Amino acid sequence: MRDVHTKRTFSSDFFAWALCGGVVGVDEVSVLIGGKAGDGINSAGALVARLFSRLGYRIYLYFDYPSLIKGGHNFAVVRATPRQVGAHRERVDFLLALDQETLRRHVAEVKPTTVVMGRSDRSQGAKVSVPVKEVLDRIGASDLMGNTCMVAAFARAAGVPWEILEEVIMAHITKETSLNIAVAREAYTGAIEVSPVPRAPGAAPPLPLLTGNEAIGLGLAASGLDLFIAYPMTPTSNLLHFLAEYATPLGLTVVHPENEIAVILMALGAAYAGKKAAVGTSGGGFCLMTEGFSLAGMAEIPVIVVMGQRAGPSTGLPTYSAQTELLFVLNAGHGEFPRLVVAPADVGEAYRWSALALQIAWDYQVPAVILVDKTLCEGSFSCGPDDLIQLPYVKPVSAGPKFPYLRYQNITDGVSPFIHPPNPLAVVKVNSYSHDEAGITSEDSGTATMMVEKRIRKGESLAEVVGSLPTVEVSGDPASRIGLICFGTMGGVCREVAEHLGIRCIRPVVLAPFPSAQVHAQIDGLTRVIAVEENATGQLAHLFAAHGIRVHHQIHRVDGRPFALEALIREVSGVIG
Amino acid sequence: MTEQPSLITDAQNTWCPGCGNFAIQHSLKAILTDLQGEERDLSNVVLVSGIGCHAKIADYLNINSFYSIHGRTLPVATGIVLANPQLNVICCAGDGDMYAEGLDHLIFAAKRDIDLTVVVHDNRVYGLTTGQYTPTSPVGFRGRSTPSGIKERPINPLALVLASGGTFVARSYTGRPAHLKRVLSAALSHKGFSFVEVLQICATYNNLTAFYHERVLEVQDNEEDLNAAWSYVNAWDYNTDAKIPLGIFFKEDLPPDPSRSGEKPYLGGAERDVSSAIAAILHDRV
Repeated sequence: MRDVHTKRTFSSDFFAWALCGGVVGVDEVSVLIGGKAGDGINSAGALVARLFSRLGYRIYLYFDYPSLIKGGHNFAVVRATPRQVGAHRERVDFLLALDQETLRRHVAEVKPTTVVMGRSDRSQGAKVSVPVKEVLDRIGASDLMGNTCMVAAFARAAGVPWEILEEVIMAHITKETSLNIAVAREAYTGAIEVSPVPRAPGAAPPLPLLTGNEAIGLGLAASGLDLFIAYPMTPTSNLLHFLAEYATPLGLTVVHPENEIAVILMALGAAYAGKKAAVGTSGGGFCLMTEGFSLAGMAEIPVIVVMGQRAGPSTGLPTYSAQTELLFVLNAGHGEFPRLVVAPADVGEAYRWSALALQIAWDYQVPAVILVDKTLCEGSFSCGPDDLIQLPYVKPVSAGPKFPYLRYQNITDGVSPFIHPPNPLAVVKVNSYSHDEAGITSEDSGTATMMVEKRIRKGESLAEVVGSLPTVEVSGDPASRIGLICFGTMGGVCREVAEHLGIRCIRPVVLAPFPSAQVHAQIDGLTRVIAVEENATGQLAHLFAAHGIRVHHQIHRVDGRPFALEALIREVSGVIG
Repeated sequence: MTEQPSLITDAQNTWCPGCGNFAIQHSLKAILTDLQGEERDLSNVVLVSGIGCHAKIADYLNINSFYSIHGRTLPVATGIVLANPQLNVICCAGDGDMYAEGLDHLIFAAKRDIDLTVVVHDNRVYGLTTGQYTPTSPVGFRGRSTPSGIKERPINPLALVLASGGTFVARSYTGRPAHLKRVLSAALSHKGFSFVEVLQICATYNNLTAFYHERVLEVQDNEEDLNAAWSYVNAWDYNTDAKIPLGIFFKEDLPPDPSRSGEKPYLGGAERDVSSAIAAILHDRV
């Protein structure tokens, strides 16, 4: 075995710049690592994130990649903070470049104090040059471990103790672990401390990192999900992969059928037979699902649709984020029927509201949409015990079924008792046609009216229970008469902006049934309402307007990238003067 | 034995006099009556229909039913079987339903060998939308959407299903009720994907009674001989004039494969410990 403990120092000019380094001056730290697709940038970002987790920080990780397998430019931004955030900063404290392209593209993220580290054989101009190739050659490791090498050099530069780096690699690099450790030790011992990152205040144990996709999957599983059905589509493919990997311990059946039309109809078939089913997709796949979504409305069969937004129209920017499907999901499916739409902002909300959406969809026999986006689905967040709790929802008391059984019994609250076959006492007939109480097709005027009214009453019952839940998140200065409104992942950056500028931030988590009273209670009294959305047309502003709320200014972002904190501060400041 | 409820609902039957759908309904009702006689619990039977004249069978038979949408019987039925493999699921679909709007699902259901029975009510015309050509209408068929006659050739659905891996491939005819009942009964007993193409006449838009009576030929059942199966399915191409074989053309029992989609053992209930599983996943994510 090669002696990996040999002390060897990189040539001194690699670290000439280090003399003007110093301790990172604020209580948080941001790191950007970039390279080509195939360089393992996402896993390197996750390693960096986990180093900071062990120093007591909370993590927000944004991963940016184009729609290709090899080549192109990938980067991950890790922001480590004492309190959880949901946005990246405009500039970083460490820039780790596995290629020249990273240095070229991210000039704007560099500030005078940024520690810029570059792979010596593939980049020029970095203040700290890391001899990745030499290290790999000395250890006899393949180029695939270049990311480990860079992370190790960074760990040393940031003053992260070796034991922490070793623990993270042991826990999270499962292939050729010992060789990765050898590479890391060689790189770590050869590097020097440049700009040490202190431990975060308090001695909290490190928290797990979850992606939005994982949090949704766990929330659904915790709520008793039986089947997950999906056709792969960014940004929810990783939800399919995650639940398929853990299908056995979570007790799930996970199916990947021929297309999204089959996906949602299989889910409806399963729900008819009494098993809780969810599907995952993005806008294009959801287009195909809308006929099934409408069937769910008419047949009154629950289904959960995890709708990860990405930038369209059509194929659009497949691996970039958007908030362009709000009005689509609110109106999807022909005909009128009640639905539940929730838009979580972070992994905690993703877990809690996914769990709750499944329960509510089943209790009210409605389709439900968990409206998320690429930034949340594929971003990682620290996840504490407070994040994974149950929201205070109490299942409504429902009347039991009458016999002979009527699937669509015309009941006061509109929620007809649903028996799932087989039941020796009940013939269970569901129907896409307008139907009578027994589920038999009827085009009779009175029957059609009765059933429309029953579904509308069901929607009112749904709205009532939603009204009892914490549907609106509020942050910032409660005394301010200026308010930001937003939904979904914009919540993270808007909360920070509101706190920074001393204004309010009001964010409905439930978008259908729209929690009108709760939103009005927060909005009324504001003199200026500013909508911040990742779309071009102001879809949330439209929704607010439909509920009698005037939006005075709109801020949009349409390039698929999330707002950096400082960029949004400037935009909002420009509006409020 | 307690008195059995009627297998026919009170819904008014609106099929045209002479419609081939009556024969299919009678055959299924006779099979269900036999099951009742064997004290089998009919609450384990689920009928899934598409949209079209055929689909009204969901209103007429007094059994569990999922009256779904055009072309989508198979994914609905597949979901039901995935959720509860103990249910006996019968998919009644039309030819436009199954071979046009929902063709992709047919290929994949055969590929998957999902354990259910498909009955295609193939009258080779759209009835409910008043007389357009379907994928099995012959060249020259004049429908309301193709007044000068279609030029494209019909598809041979049996060849398609056989090529897709179907493990039970059969054809019957509504003019041969005894044959129809025997084939449907065998299809329901088959463990795996059972496909029964039923030639039926449309009394209003495509009455081929005389044509079929002259040509249908009941042949000996075939089991695992694939060459014989291809001979049967290729004997008539739905277009040219030939004898039309009726029978079970292919039957193969695949060994149960737990990894195959749809047969994955469902853990469910008390065997699941989701909380521990989540705790373990969170631990791994630190």
